[in-house]
Amino acid sequence: MTERASVLSVRGLSVRFLMPGGRRVAAVTDAHFDVAAGECLALIGESGCGKSVLASALLGLLPGNARTAGSALLGELDLLAADERTLARTVRGRLIGLVPQSPAAHLTPVRTVRSQLEETVAAHTAVRGRAALREAAEAAAERAAFPVDHLDHHPHELSGGLAQRAATALALVGEAPLLLADEPTTGLDRDLVDRTVDELRRHVDNRAGGENRALLMITHDLAAAERIADRIAVMYAGRIVELADAREFFGAPGPRHPYSRGLLDALPDRAFTPIPGLPPELGALPGGCAFAARCERATDSCATLPPLSGTVACHHPHAALTEAADRA
Amino acid sequence: MLELSDITAGYAGNAPVIRNISLTISPGEAVGLLGPSGCGKSTLARVAALLHHPDAGTLVVDGTPVRRWRHRAPREQRTAFGVVFQQARLSADPRLALTDLIAEPLRATGRREGVADRVAELAATVGLTTDLLSRRPHEVSDGQLQRACLARALVLRPRWLVCDEMTAMLDASTTAALVRVVEEYRAATGAGLLAVGHDRVLLDRWCDRTVEWATLTAAVSADDVAIR
Repeated sequence: MTERASVLSVRGLSVRFLMPGGRRVAAVTDAHFDVAAGECLALIGESGCGKSVLASALLGLLPGNARTAGSALLGELDLLAADERTLARTVRGRLIGLVPQSPAAHLTPVRTVRSQLEETVAAHTAVRGRAALREAAEAAAERAAFPVDHLDHHPHELSGGLAQRAATALALVGEAPLLLADEPTTGLDRDLVDRTVDELRRHVDNRAGGENRALLMITHDLAAAERIADRIAVMYAGRIVELADAREFFGAPGPRHPYSRGLLDALPDRAFTPIPGLPPELGALPGGCAFAARCERATDSCATLPPLSGTVACHHPHAALTEAADRA
Repeated sequence: MLELSDITAGYAGNAPVIRNISLTISPGEAVGLLGPSGCGKSTLARVAALLHHPDAGTLVVDGTPVRRWRHRAPREQRTAFGVVFQQARLSADPRLALTDLIAEPLRATGRREGVADRVAELAATVGLTTDLLSRRPHEVSDGQLQRACLARALVLRPRWLVCDEMTAMLDASTTAALVRVVEEYRAATGAGLLAVGHDRVLLDRWCDRTVEWATLTAAVSADDVAIR
């Protein structure tokens, strides 16, 4: 990988939920990854695999019964060790811009987009004065391609695409070096998905104050990930099982982990065959490879946990090159 | 045969969402209805499934004209339809365990005998394990809940299935799994399907033919429904 400055550096991140009766739910286990400036990393996996918990951990938004381990360095700051005051005053909106799932629910329903943008500008920047705020809010709307003549609408008067842009505009106000998009395209139609992720990509490519932004996009939409991601992280049962270059992952030679292959083969423009079975419960994970029960390549060695060696955590990964031909 | 002719429907008296829409589905046929968000395709699906009374137009189901909708529809006609909605969470009673969720249509129509067997059989069909059946909706994932909702739609062995964005919230593997369940059911029973969605690749792969909303006739443009 070319050496670009790492914006976010996650090392051994684990999240456990303590449940009544002493039960523990292993939502995220030992995640390692980096996101560099100017790069988009897509974190993909089935719903309920721990993707969104990972996002909440980075923002310090986990519920009280969660326990974290490891570190997540954003510059010098360890997000997991930071106190609420630091997170509230310097991280959320300023170091990490959150592009939320279902923007319509994220926006305040009783206020216009303009009023919410102006409030955000006033909170995150040094702009003061009514006229200056109005101008800055309009500039912020323009940056997210939100039409200025819709600024006086309330969220319920906006289509899904415009609500998404309004939420993106809010996320961009603080000039945060890291954009965190949590399922930004759920429920949008295909054209709108394409437009939304293209716009996110544009914000990564455009320099903001001399520095490129980094984008961590959490999604189960593989087509959206293929469209804009530089690298793909595949999560299964709370663990990152594959970390690969996006072009190799979606093209040749294809993914190496059997689970990643299964995900791609489930796409309607590929084999359209589901992975058999269901993901394991995060509260009762097997001792070895969590995917073994659904895996056609599983053997006795899968009873032990495969480490993430190189790019894939599997005892029987698909070859890196040989199968390129038969998938072409 | 499912024949929708000149359907006009909406939610406020003088502002129809859809106008003069016609669509015919042959017995056993799978039709994909493709359109952008907010175009009114879900409203049409609700009319077809007897869940929304149209302002004008006729609906003929297997030769019998429909005169009453919703709870007023005769049971024989109502139970000919199985419906799966986009948002599993909003279409599942949070107080019911999945097993009761799946059995509810049987109980509601007085078919209490053999409930356990039928639920077990359907749970296996849609890929739900036994331990999940005793849980309530908040204890399972979106994908697992939608599997239960599909089982509920199939429990009365409907002649028609209406899937309104059934897979829009789901990941690729769960989508493929649910579509396979629907297709196996249709292959076994010859049921017809109206699948509403906005994913052309999916509907083309799934259905016998895909209909563009825009070709169905002059619908009220989406701009009137929501400001773009």
